[in-house]
Amino acid sequence: MAAINRDDVAHLARLAHIEMSAEELDRMAVELAVIVDSVKSVSEAAGEDVPATSHPIPLTNVFREDVVGHTFTAEQALSGAPDAFENRFKVPAILDED
Amino acid sequence: MTELKNELIRHSAADLAAKLAAREVTAVEVTQAHLDRIADVDGQVNAFLHVNSEEALAVAAEVDAARAAGGSAAEELHALAGVPIAVKDLIVTIGQPTTAGSKILEGWHSPYDATVVKKLRAAKMPILGKTNLDEFAMGSSTEHSAYGPTRNPWDLDRIPGGSGGGSAAAVAAFEAPLALGTDTGGSIRQPGAVTGTVGVKPTYGAVSRYGAIAMASSLDQIGPVSRTVLDSALLQEVIGGHDPFDSTSLTDPFNNLVAAARVGNVAGMKIGIIKELHGEGYQTGVENRFNESLQLLKDAGAEIVEVSCPNLKYALGAYYLIMPSEVSSNLAKFDGVRFGLRVLPKDGPMTIERVMGATRAAGFGDEVKRRIILGTYALSAGYYDAYYGSAQKVRTLIQRDFDAAFAQADVLISPTAPTTAFKLGEKLDDPLAMYLNDVATIPANMAGIPGLSLPGGLADEDGLPVGIQLLAPAREDARLYRVGAVLESILEEKWGGPILAKAPDLKNAVLGAVSNTAGGSN
Amino acid sequence: MSVDATLSFEEAMEKYDPVLGFEVHVELNTKTKMFSSAPNVFGDEPNTNVNEVDLGMPGVLPVVNKTAVESSIKIGLALNCKIAETCRFARKNYFYPDTPKNFQTSQYDEPIAYDGYLDIELEDGTVFRVEIERAHMEEDAGKLTHMGGAAGRIQGADYSLVDYNRSGVPLVEIVTKPIEGAGSRAPELAKAYVAAVREIVKNLGVSDAKMERGNVRCDANVSLRPHGRERFGIRSETKNVNSLRAVEHAVRYEIQRHAAVLDSGEPVIQETRHWHEDTRSTTSGRPKSDADDYRYFPEPDLVPVVASREWVEELRATLPEPPAERRKRLKEAWGYSDLEFRDVVNAGVMDSIEETIAAGASADVARKWWMGEIVGRAKVADVDPSELGVTPQVIVELNKLVEDGKINNKMATQVLDGVLAGEGTPAEIVEKRGLAVVSDDGPLLEAIDAALAAQPDVAEKIRGGKVQAIGAIVGGVMKATRGQADAGRVRELILEKLGVEG
Repeated sequence: MAAINRDDVAHLARLAHIEMSAEELDRMAVELAVIVDSVKSVSEAAGEDVPATSHPIPLTNVFREDVVGHTFTAEQALSGAPDAFENRFKVPAILDED
Repeated sequence: MTELKNELIRHSAADLAAKLAAREVTAVEVTQAHLDRIADVDGQVNAFLHVNSEEALAVAAEVDAARAAGGSAAEELHALAGVPIAVKDLIVTIGQPTTAGSKILEGWHSPYDATVVKKLRAAKMPILGKTNLDEFAMGSSTEHSAYGPTRNPWDLDRIPGGSGGGSAAAVAAFEAPLALGTDTGGSIRQPGAVTGTVGVKPTYGAVSRYGAIAMASSLDQIGPVSRTVLDSALLQEVIGGHDPFDSTSLTDPFNNLVAAARVGNVAGMKIGIIKELHGEGYQTGVENRFNESLQLLKDAGAEIVEVSCPNLKYALGAYYLIMPSEVSSNLAKFDGVRFGLRVLPKDGPMTIERVMGATRAAGFGDEVKRRIILGTYALSAGYYDAYYGSAQKVRTLIQRDFDAAFAQADVLISPTAPTTAFKLGEKLDDPLAMYLNDVATIPANMAGIPGLSLPGGLADEDGLPVGIQLLAPAREDARLYRVGAVLESILEEKWGGPILAKAPDLKNAVLGAVSNTAGGSN
Repeated sequence: MSVDATLSFEEAMEKYDPVLGFEVHVELNTKTKMFSSAPNVFGDEPNTNVNEVDLGMPGVLPVVNKTAVESSIKIGLALNCKIAETCRFARKNYFYPDTPKNFQTSQYDEPIAYDGYLDIELEDGTVFRVEIERAHMEEDAGKLTHMGGAAGRIQGADYSLVDYNRSGVPLVEIVTKPIEGAGSRAPELAKAYVAAVREIVKNLGVSDAKMERGNVRCDANVSLRPHGRERFGIRSETKNVNSLRAVEHAVRYEIQRHAAVLDSGEPVIQETRHWHEDTRSTTSGRPKSDADDYRYFPEPDLVPVVASREWVEELRATLPEPPAERRKRLKEAWGYSDLEFRDVVNAGVMDSIEETIAAGASADVARKWWMGEIVGRAKVADVDPSELGVTPQVIVELNKLVEDGKINNKMATQVLDGVLAGEGTPAEIVEKRGLAVVSDDGPLLEAIDAALAAQPDVAEKIRGGKVQAIGAIVGGVMKATRGQADAGRVRELILEKLGVEG
């Protein structure tokens, strides 16, 4: 397993949409390397034949009937919005399409 | 503070409920006594991020009016009606801010109530306010709150545990008889252990998660915080039950908990010591109190057996892959578009991508960022199988270990945390040392099983509380309350009263060198 | 924006072999969203068909809409897919302001339906099998409106506005396997495939299937390889090609563009392209990059969907007849020629004709009215023929009035106009407008005498047994009576007069 370096952290920070200063990237790279190193044993713990558990208590087919429930008014929906215009959330220009 | 008020705040929730029902006190008196206590001591403890005086008193007055009216209005009141409660600020509430201990949600008001909050309102339990926590419940000391750390009422220079340090400290400092917590890797139980209080993580799915701001969805569980085992049972019966808004909510009724807490004996029960969860790495005083509890349970007629869960050695590592992975996804929604903080980049082009980046950079603290980055890494292409995939397999191994252990014992027992409360700042620069606090609590979250922590006495070397953890099979929460209540009564008999009677008087306490950095109550 | 070079389609086809692939998103017409109980309704006031779940508020959790799962299984069955015994939802993580949680709840390695096919009939009757890789459930995003800059385009916009009404609308994404061997018919196949999917989901009743509303949206993948080479070329993915015509044009354009790139010796860039209806061309979106690391993982807030074989069979039993089979059956039953039937289908009146026949009309009468009268009027009114306001009962009634000799065909068209003008039932309109045929034989006999006198040679032919010549005499009578006569009665009277058996 590859060690985690500063460039990796910069890439991950971009994916996670968190701006980081050079100093933060350096610090985070060191901290993450320690953590990643300490969790390494996990990948050797279980063999191929062990199934993965994604839910601690297994349930299946939990559904909702297709019946309309409550809705917000536009005012409620936008009550916490940092910026809004004509009952819509307003955001700065988008750099990249889709 | 009058003697009467001083006495009121020291009652358990069960006692308060009885006094209210007997009309010996009013709900307004009880609620006001706790609000006064908050005003008196919370400047030192910093357990509350928001105090909800007006609404709490209004709900209390409604309860009093119903009692005064008598007839069906009084009869329909829930047993805990008028007993006040504090709510961890990770749980959304209409009418009060919800911050999750983060700058990114400063000033945000939820337009909806969490299911557990709806249940508290239905039971007419006055909500005293919102309690402090590590930002987004990530931490074991409450030092990662953006609104300053909460302090341990036993020693204001020490941590109250985390993430739910605010709820535990509020209950330990008699600011509230009950509180709600959330437990992802020990955030209810470990604060309970270090503050001398009781905390329960129910079976995954026993209490609805709807409205608890998600940290790690497959591990999170809301649960009770109290000073007695019976009080936690009473509270879990209020907040538990199936919720159609949570797909992982169980349909089991979990309505036998209070009865279990009142059974009063453990004769013939098999209690399993988990070999891997004590001994090396555990403070001597913790180990001593743990062994003492084992002896007391044995004396009470329980059979003590030793079990082994060899895969628990992987639990912490697997937890630190699964938890941050889910965190990285759950916290993506905090982006400055729909709610909460928006920060504009200082220079360069003003695009939404950069606004999101600047908002998250300014709004999240270091620990949150660390876990988001770690989780992003664990899920990224090329690493998924080795990290997240392997960690999910470890979960299976841990479940199998517990299945085998529960074939030999009705409940399992361990210390809740390896140490007593450490000093504020002591582990802040060492994430790994901080993570080790949860080594005994994490396995229950990984397996989905219920766990309870109760006070086991004070460590000889520092005079600070030690927690004893009980674990039961999934859906068998009642066993925890049965064994917990028995151990609690034996220990209290030995101590001559509740452990918190030994806590120092906060009114005379002096703050140490570490000061609150921000926030405070209200 | 630079204009890309293209080769002519014919030259591109000479040199290269196209491989296609489609991702078609179908919006389901459930009453509520995929994971919340907010209404799934198009076109309401912004941010009113939402609750905390659709806005991705802190603390919310999803709950799966059972009807959406059933609709997805029905789509899978109609596409001849296998239905997974167990499948799960997964999170697709990416930041975008129309995606409230900054992840889309979708399905990843466990789609609900997989390994299907669809037989596509091209215009000339050639049948082409398209293999379906998978159909999976997911949720739609909100709607962005770009303000400032050029005409709603994202480039150069000052800011954008977000409406989350569409957020969480249930989607089924249908993904094909690579489609090889279409050759020069690739653009036509593309259009026919999307049309077939649209028809199927409409026929199932699980989607409103209106492309202009985005109920059915298509991303088209195109790559080229030199003839004879096995390995696929590098593909482009043209997004949001949202009409049948655009699908055809976009595939044709991309084939021509790829051919020019390959001819120049450059590699094709694997990228997203955007279709522009105005210029009928695509422009480059962003290249595929590591930013496409979606970090899929199983959705921890939802539990697996287990489709028992009983449940699947129950749903299969509710499926309507597949559109292609139905067309085949109706064409035979009605006895239309290939050309007649194709015209009926293209005019979109097959259902209406079926209903009209069910109401009592013959196949020929139904076709005569729908194709001869109603389609043209609908075109003028710019509506679907079925929405013009003519019911099957009106046609049956009109036809009966004609057959009974109460009105003639010419009058019947006037009555139809009266019905459309809201003047009442056909019988009422006949009454009000005084449109009854002339019933007194006196004036008619006079006119017949005159017509026979004017065309004695024709009269002679009829007397000699050539009854089919009678049209000229009938025409003369109708002209003289300015169309008021009942042509059938005129014919009878002529034959009677000439002593010929009809």
